[in-house]
Amino acid sequence: MHDGHHDHEPAGKRDHDAPLTDYQRMEIAVRELLIEKGVVTADEIRRTVEAMDARSPAIGARVVAHAWTDPAFKARLLANGTAACEELGVEMGPTKLVVVENTADTHNMIVCTLCSCYPRMLLGLPPDWYKGRAYRARAVREPRRVLKEFGFNIPDNFNLRVHDSTADMRYMVLPARPAGTDGWSEERLAAIVTRDCMIGVAVPKVQ
Amino acid sequence: MSARFKTGDRVFVRQAEPIGHVRTPYYIRGKTGSIERLCGEFPNPEELAFGRSGLPRLPMYRVRFLQTEIWPDYRGRALDSVDVEIYEHWLESARQG
Repeated sequence: MHDGHHDHEPAGKRDHDAPLTDYQRMEIAVRELLIEKGVVTADEIRRTVEAMDARSPAIGARVVAHAWTDPAFKARLLANGTAACEELGVEMGPTKLVVVENTADTHNMIVCTLCSCYPRMLLGLPPDWYKGRAYRARAVREPRRVLKEFGFNIPDNFNLRVHDSTADMRYMVLPARPAGTDGWSEERLAAIVTRDCMIGVAVPKVQ
Repeated sequence: MSARFKTGDRVFVRQAEPIGHVRTPYYIRGKTGSIERLCGEFPNPEELAFGRSGLPRLPMYRVRFLQTEIWPDYRGRALDSVDVEIYEHWLESARQG
């Protein structure tokens, strides 16, 4: 070590690196083997990770804003989410998307109680709370309290529909277009559609 | 394999506890709901988990359960519901009456 004045600190403390978990070790071992055996290259893995990290809720917001301004597209989106998103040039890969619509009397929210299934092609990586046990257990057990904790007081006359992504489908909420947005461009509309609105723990607000 | 159920059919989720990788959550086992839609046919995840083919593909459905059916002490509206994806081999017909 050459940075003299730090030498008295234990190395681990300086770096905030926790010891590897078993699964992290396993991932590294499998990845290195795949590269060694020529199944994939390190650059292919890096590029895939880069593409995953580059996806953000802006993609989903663009889809929602388009559905708000084009009723025929909205109908196609609700009938076949994957095909409709591909129409807009969204790369969907193997994702089978179900879009659920908030209406005048129904609110939808998404959870994966088994793990953390999430529409990554449209929203990017899931937030930590979505993967946590508290949200996963409580979203199906006491969803109205959960929404309240997110700051959303669901009106008493709304039915609440929770969607548990337990298998091969992925879900996105199509929020209701808020009043006061007449004549807005798709770009301006997309800006009020946040990640949480498309998971269904919030609704779009006009500032 | 042709799908055994159609939208609107009442179905009962088997109350079983097989070991291995199962994607039917515990909280809806033994509960009755209605078929919301047929999602298509998919390889059986309980087989895929062991490196097998998962074939033949199984019909897979979205089943809608009323919250009050799942949790007797549920606090909310009578029509509040949870939709869960379930493979056909977990479902049995639940005729009303």
